[in-house]
Amino acid sequence: MIRPVAILLAGALAFAGALAVRAQPTATVDAATVVADGMPRNLSAFGFFADGSGQVPVRGVVPYRLNTPLYSDGAEKLRFVYVPPGQQAKAGGEGLLDLPVGSALIKTFAFTEGGKRRLIETRLLLHRAEGWVALPYLWNAEQTEATLALAGARVAAITPAGEAIDYRVPNKNQCKECHGLNGAVVPIGPKARNLSRSWLADFADAGHLDKVPDVSMSLPVWEARNAAPVEAVARAYLDVNCAHCHRPGATASNSGLDLRWEQGDPKALGVMKRPVAAGRGAGAHLFDVVPGKPGESIMTYRMKSLEGGVAMPELGKSTVDREGVEAVERWIAGL
Amino acid sequence: MRMTCLAALALAGAASPLAAATHEVAAGDGAQTRLQEALILAQPGDEVVLGAGRFAIGDGLSLDVDRVTVRGAGMDATILDFTGQAGSGEGLLVTSDGVTLRDFAIENPKGDGIKSKGADDIVYHRVRVTWTGGPLATNGAYGIYPVESTNVLIDGVQVSGASDAGIYVGQSRKITVRNSVAQANVAGIEIENSRDALVEANLVTRNTGGILVFDLPSLPVMGGGNVLVRDNLVVDNDTPNFAPPGNIVAGVRRGTGIMVMANDAVTVEQNTIMGNPTSGVMVVAYPLAFEDARYNPYPRKVAIGPNRVSGNGTEPQIGGGDQLVAAFGGALPPVMWDGLGEGAITVHPSMTGWTLALTAQGQGPDDATPAPATFAAYVDAVDRGAVGSSPELDARLK
Repeated sequence: MIRPVAILLAGALAFAGALAVRAQPTATVDAATVVADGMPRNLSAFGFFADGSGQVPVRGVVPYRLNTPLYSDGAEKLRFVYVPPGQQAKAGGEGLLDLPVGSALIKTFAFTEGGKRRLIETRLLLHRAEGWVALPYLWNAEQTEATLALAGARVAAITPAGEAIDYRVPNKNQCKECHGLNGAVVPIGPKARNLSRSWLADFADAGHLDKVPDVSMSLPVWEARNAAPVEAVARAYLDVNCAHCHRPGATASNSGLDLRWEQGDPKALGVMKRPVAAGRGAGAHLFDVVPGKPGESIMTYRMKSLEGGVAMPELGKSTVDREGVEAVERWIAGL
Repeated sequence: MRMTCLAALALAGAASPLAAATHEVAAGDGAQTRLQEALILAQPGDEVVLGAGRFAIGDGLSLDVDRVTVRGAGMDATILDFTGQAGSGEGLLVTSDGVTLRDFAIENPKGDGIKSKGADDIVYHRVRVTWTGGPLATNGAYGIYPVESTNVLIDGVQVSGASDAGIYVGQSRKITVRNSVAQANVAGIEIENSRDALVEANLVTRNTGGILVFDLPSLPVMGGGNVLVRDNLVVDNDTPNFAPPGNIVAGVRRGTGIMVMANDAVTVEQNTIMGNPTSGVMVVAYPLAFEDARYNPYPRKVAIGPNRVSGNGTEPQIGGGDQLVAAFGGALPPVMWDGLGEGAITVHPSMTGWTLALTAQGQGPDDATPAPATFAAYVDAVDRGAVGSSPELDARLK
């Protein structure tokens, strides 16, 4: 008999919670849940959003965008960062903002179908005492709640390009395949060089960041890439879409390919580099990047494939990123 | 005595509130999700037990918890079927230490079969990886694929159909590959950019090349060597090369028994090497151009001890092969050296050989002036105390 009562109670509490949110626009994040050991079943337990389905954050949860974003089948991404009250992120040069324990990065993936935005998943990176923890949450059909999906999922979706796909929600381990560096989970996106100066200034003004980091050259803004140098556009794309694995200490380190923005050695970037463990991913090609010949380069061959064992990236890709392929092909053609 | 043991076991169990748990996963509806959840929720020391039957898996699986055992009901009873796989670069990815994988099979993964990366102290025991359509270029690259790991034991596995290597160990240390079957792959067993490896008592047959030990340039880990290859059956490796052209193994000639390339201190002894049409044993330099100053392209201190050899080199995939075979009286001698490298090779007097007599790294068989070879007297240079995985991994095989 205890169980039904508990459910009723939980329902009543949830109802009260909803009322509370409406009654108090100053609702805040449940800071204790962010750092507590555990994996809450529901996204709402964290209190990041005043209105989850509308993706309206509570105070202290700050939206941001990246100059050059990661391609995820054309999904719209809503990114937020939370730094606990009384604490500050530290500027760490051009790279990642150094976010203190208690911080959270929140990223919601959505597709707009028939003029209506549908939230698919929200991925959390929570900075706990033992390190960053990655948790994937899957939105329900009613768009009222997202629940923990440890094993990931596949969700039928239509991309902005009109392609029908089985969109892949990664499992908890797959989070680490991209976010793993030297055995630890780390954020990828919020690097100073990939954030706008004005956003960084606002974030610092609001007291969330100790100072505006020094950035010698920011990554190009993707929508404005036609006005940016071809090499910068391609290298930014490779840094953001590939280098979290293709770098020392990460998932694809054994390939010897290092596609980070700061890498200056052409061989490490794949120029006339033979593949190591590409298997049939190499197709009929001999080198990762053949200067002047994108059609003979393994890099673009794999970017253009959707076949398991060939397609790159290996995760989070059900469609080819035409814009990305074009940017990289243009760079290779001009080498 | 028996009572005492049982009592002791019971006590051990009772004394440890954190005793390892068992997570059972049966085949059937939702098996993929249930299995992946078990692999995520397992605590260090736990066992994930797979029931008998065929598990339809549509995405890559992964394990990132230390000291977990994944155990099936047998390599012919528990089958993870990836025929419908839609994503990921491998069937199962392991990224944690101390893992044991045993008694299950993986069929038709789209990429590699099982990859363990940065996963130290790992045991693969009686695991099977099969591409059921036979040798096809559309098969995944590697069957069993530990990389960047220390202390690796591969025992009693079976791999067939890999379009690169059946059992591939790369950029690793302290490796044992034994009692395993590699059949109808491009390369049966490959030890690449690795040190302190023992390859023994395997059956390696119907591959393009049997056992390959080599170093490649421009990789994070190089300087491979100290490898002992002994007591293997390397027989009838005669499958035409079906690797995609861009890969280093696409250059492996059909009928290569054991090949050592650009490696330091490798001993090949007491193997049965029969019916490999190009060459029983091949010791060569890396043949391609390279720019990596850290890389040594030559074989060094490769020792060919006594082996049982017969019927090799009868149909070599080498330009002018027919004439060569005729000149040598119907079959090439069992040991082929390309002639490159100082102190490259020593050979036991029971083994005969020939040389391509190349004069510079980067030359190929077209530059050869083949001749019977007189080798330096056999000197084993392997540090035998250092090869192989550590004994505590053997304890997990029970």
